[in-house]
Amino acid sequence: MKRHLISAADLTRDDALLVLDTAEELARATEGSMKKLPTLRGRTVVNLFFEDSTRTRISFEAAAKRLSADVINFSAKGSSVSKGESLKDTALTLEAMGADGVVIRHGASGAPHRLANWVKGSVVNAGDGTHEHPTQALLDAFTMRRRLGDLEGRKVTIVGDILHSRVARSNVLLLNTLGAEVTVVAPPTLLPVAIDTWPAEVSYDLDAVLPKSDVVMMLRVQHERMNASYFPTVREYSRRYGLDAERMARMADHAIVMHPGPMNRGVEIAAEVADSVRSTIVEQVANGVSARMAVLYLLLGGSEPAIGKEVSQS
Amino acid sequence: MSTAYVIKGARILGGDPADIVVRDGVIAEIGANVNTEGAEVVEAEGLIALPGLVDLHTHLREPGREDAETVESGTRAAAMGGYTAVHAMANTDPVADSAGVVEQVWRLGREAGYCDVQPVGAVTAGLKGERLAELGAMADSAAGVRVFSDDGHCVSDAVIMRRALEYVKAFDGVVAQHAQEPRLTEGAQMNEGEMSAALGMRGWPAVAEEAIIARDVLLAQHVGSRLHVCHVSTAGSVEIIRWAKSKGCRVTAEVTPHHLLLNDGLAASYDPIYKVNPPLRTADDVTALRHALADGTIDVVATDHAPHPVEAKETEWAVAAMGMIGLETALSVVHEAMVETGLLDWAGVAERMSLAPARIGRLSGQGRPLEAGSPANITLYDPSPRRAVDPAAMASKSRNTPYAGLELPGRVVATFLRGRATVLEGKLQ
Ligand SMILES: [Zn+2]
Repeated sequence: MKRHLISAADLTRDDALLVLDTAEELARATEGSMKKLPTLRGRTVVNLFFEDSTRTRISFEAAAKRLSADVINFSAKGSSVSKGESLKDTALTLEAMGADGVVIRHGASGAPHRLANWVKGSVVNAGDGTHEHPTQALLDAFTMRRRLGDLEGRKVTIVGDILHSRVARSNVLLLNTLGAEVTVVAPPTLLPVAIDTWPAEVSYDLDAVLPKSDVVMMLRVQHERMNASYFPTVREYSRRYGLDAERMARMADHAIVMHPGPMNRGVEIAAEVADSVRSTIVEQVANGVSARMAVLYLLLGGSEPAIGKEVSQS
Repeated sequence: MSTAYVIKGARILGGDPADIVVRDGVIAEIGANVNTEGAEVVEAEGLIALPGLVDLHTHLREPGREDAETVESGTRAAAMGGYTAVHAMANTDPVADSAGVVEQVWRLGREAGYCDVQPVGAVTAGLKGERLAELGAMADSAAGVRVFSDDGHCVSDAVIMRRALEYVKAFDGVVAQHAQEPRLTEGAQMNEGEMSAALGMRGWPAVAEEAIIARDVLLAQHVGSRLHVCHVSTAGSVEIIRWAKSKGCRVTAEVTPHHLLLNDGLAASYDPIYKVNPPLRTADDVTALRHALADGTIDVVATDHAPHPVEAKETEWAVAAMGMIGLETALSVVHEAMVETGLLDWAGVAERMSLAPARIGRLSGQGRPLEAGSPANITLYDPSPRRAVDPAAMASKSRNTPYAGLELPGRVVATFLRGRATVLEGKLQ
């Protein structure tokens, strides 16, 4: 594996399968309890969050702690960053602290690439602007595998604001690497102009795609897109691209519904869909910790095997 | 008395070796084995002699951003690049929208003495696009402004643009448009296409440039005015300008060296050294621009030299400043993109980097052919060495070159401004 995880494209098929298999082992080893593994004892992981995202930060923090790493949370709010300190100066500070891994969430696409030039430790992209969110794609693939088995040839439909979605970008890349067939569904305004260069089918018609999908992944749609005329009204968006119970009924029996969260219930996804047995939304949260544990373990190269002697709960 | 020079054995416009005698600021004689008595001899065997280069588009940053560049440092860079005249863009602080500011810049240029500094006047007061600046006062000032531009901003209001085009006819001026439809480029970061889709950056569509150029050539045609299009960057813009010229529109256009060599694939590094306005486009656009420059659809190469301090570029892409320095590498880049590819000969380079820009800017003493009686504005260029570009060695105060480490051909050996050497043996004088 490469030293950093910045894009889902950094992962070869073998890398991706190794992460997923490792996540599975780690999940089993820690399942049902808050057991800790000693794997990353003595290592320091910095959570560098320039954007508020409590759920992602907590997920990475739990992953690092379950591997016994020391975790430093560095949030831009109330720190020197909000006073205009540059990303580079922040990076140099992290260097001085001896961070072995830096988990970065940033509003600017490419910020993790820049950071990787300035720090020696491994950089893990926890979401950069409208670019990528590779660990989300890994946890999604992990969730799909647990529900459906091998992803080769599986039909995955991603619905919503593809243009601005880092989740969509990483998922398209990773799912393609894993042999799944991806279709993106959105109003044309919310697709990149060069969408034809992506390894994905494109459709504007959710109803046509639903019956042949094994996975339907709904993306959060933001209200401010309406103000910029990407679509006329939330109501119209919801009618054309939202997943309600009636639409869900047309899905194959085995098919699942995913959402990276946070959801807009009643907009892109109806409450009865989110809470249905097809929904993996709660599992995705738990699986996020396992997938991130696997990434941190593989990148930071713990001196001990991933599944070693368990240490007591702290 | 100024030093007399005999430039021995230079290949004028890449032709056969000849001696050039420079005396009292003019070219006194061109011939073979001329008398060198009383003159300093400059051995120029193997060097190409070009008329001193003229840049239509330079940001000297003074007044206001002297941390990035000053008239002095920028004109030193210009001389090192073979330039004898630069047009200083108006987006300074204060904006060059009055006779007072353009005269200040013009005087600073004269005091520095490395090359002629011809100020460009703002089209609208404060570059705000709302009402015309005092164009006539700037034209009548000591600076004698003939080129007007809100560069950095587009004159997007069609009525203001029409009025500006009409108004400057009174003093043979030209409006140089930075063609960028503002609504289509809000928050735009890079060329909109395959790369922006993959990199998750807000796209800067080609149509935002092309729509303004299409509108402006129609306006210029309608009112019978001269229009100059800054930094053309797309194949579609080339097609529109080609069409307009075929209809007799008095439009001229420029392309930057970086748009002739670099493409948007470089943005994959997220290194904002490649962030520029207009953005780097696709490889197909680069090809179209080269051919347009070769066939005359695009008239000139202009650097859009845009210095920025280190901290403005050592950031995330989205917050980084747009622009690249280019004065000291322009000739080498044109050599690489146009001469090495067989698209232009050295006479063609001289036309596009000296004669045509001087004509468009109405600079009478610049861009003259190398012949007896012309002002002795001469650039000597050694085409043979290839060198890796070293930002630390540059005369510009800023280091934001996209070519750092890249191997480019050629080197400016000497620059003469009205018979005075500003650069000799590759060193500032
Ligand atoms: Zn411009």
